Amino acid sequence: MAKRSIIPFGPQHPVLPEPIHLDLVLEDEVVVEAIPNIGFVHRGLEKLVKTRGYKQYVYVAERVCGICSFGHGMGYCESVERVMGIDIPRRAKYLRTMWMELSRIHSHLLWLGLLADALGFESLFMQSWRLREKILDIFDATTGGRIIFSVNQIGGVLKDVDRSMLQEIDKTITELEQELTPITNTFLEDALVNNRLRGLGVLTKEQAYTAGAVGPMLRASGVDYDSRETGYAAYNELNFGPIIAIEGDSYARTKVRLAEILQSFEILHELISKIPEGEIAVPVKGNPKGECFVRIEQPRGEAIYYTKGNGTKYLDRFRLRTPTTSNIPPMLDLLKGCQLGDVPLLILTIDPCISCTER
Amino acid sequence: MSDRIITLGKAELYAAAVQKKMNGWRLAQICAVTTEDGYEMSYTFVKDKNMDTLRVHLDHHESISSITQIFPCAFLQENEAAELFGVLINNITMDYKHKLYRIDVEAPFGPDKEEA
Repeated sequence: MAKRSIIPFGPQHPVLPEPIHLDLVLEDEVVVEAIPNIGFVHRGLEKLVKTRGYKQYVYVAERVCGICSFGHGMGYCESVERVMGIDIPRRAKYLRTMWMELSRIHSHLLWLGLLADALGFESLFMQSWRLREKILDIFDATTGGRIIFSVNQIGGVLKDVDRSMLQEIDKTITELEQELTPITNTFLEDALVNNRLRGLGVLTKEQAYTAGAVGPMLRASGVDYDSRETGYAAYNELNFGPIIAIEGDSYARTKVRLAEILQSFEILHELISKIPEGEIAVPVKGNPKGECFVRIEQPRGEAIYYTKGNGTKYLDRFRLRTPTTSNIPPMLDLLKGCQLGDVPLLILTIDPCISCTER
Repeated sequence: MSDRIITLGKAELYAAAVQKKMNGWRLAQICAVTTEDGYEMSYTFVKDKNMDTLRVHLDHHESISSITQIFPCAFLQENEAAELFGVLINNITMDYKHKLYRIDVEAPFGPDKEEA
């Protein structure tokens, strides 16, 4: 008869840059149940809407997370703009889309590096992060910041990007596409990576959908859903579709993220060729009154922003449902039946962001 | 593409959630908001590009049934509403009993903490 034991995993673990704790119920070395525990660094940022004006709160929203910083700022602004009935200039929509797609590339490259590191593939880790550095350089050149660059404002964006800089970005993206090819081939074809990822942590299409998975985790299980298709920012003027895989395993999650980087390159090329001239912001008067829910496809998946205004400069409520909040329940499904030694890698494949979750 | 907020009576929520599940909607988020006389609970469901939010109003000390029996993935967000706002939610499948977050203040987002 198998011996049953409980092993604590985290909150500090070499594969986790942020704190999450799991009680792993094991039978011999097989996980039969995982009980999550979060809340080690909860910051209560949502409550600051009561004491910060709605325009000032953009800077708080951007600080929910370093990796998804731009997306959170954009999601917050889109939700307030929708409540106030503000239609931002087309150029601002394109610029937001550009920074959002660059953020997606940056986030996925960061995750690929962390995955390579967890696999013990140090050179692959370094190459992934070397490419990521070039995206951060674009952020630096276009905004003056590398991680949290504060270019969103209610009514548009704060900074414009001139034609020569856009051409420079286009050129850098083309170079990155070429440089990514050997890295993509290594992730998808190398025996070490394949042996470690194929068949590991299979989440079926039905499991992923009913457990509320979002983003690459959902699409890697064959669900055709990408909230960019709802048409916020400039996405309704661009050609793209959800990237899906059907295997539902860790390899499929890696494959989807790699394909999404390539898709973001395509989106950026198209966007740069189409970006219209014009204003980058409209003046905003008055205060928000009303409520709305907005969906944004962050690199880790769909995030939902809820804003409720009362006609004063302070909002009644701002709520952010982060992708990781939705991906924790399916992660528990993944862990059931896996070997103890696979737990760190499986947690990593959902690309958890505890900073977002502990907003 | 639809985006609706549907207000329901407390007793109607459970049946409405079952219907959402049967019709293939997935739970996207649960949000608690404090109001003058209690709470507003919003349950958002997504199917394809459509988004429906079921809205229930609760008095201060009124409880509501958990929907984790229908959508097990609701446990984190229901625990959050209970712990941060003080919403009384019955029968959460995995009830952390106010131990989800390491915070010193009870229901810091709750109605009596609004001015804190």
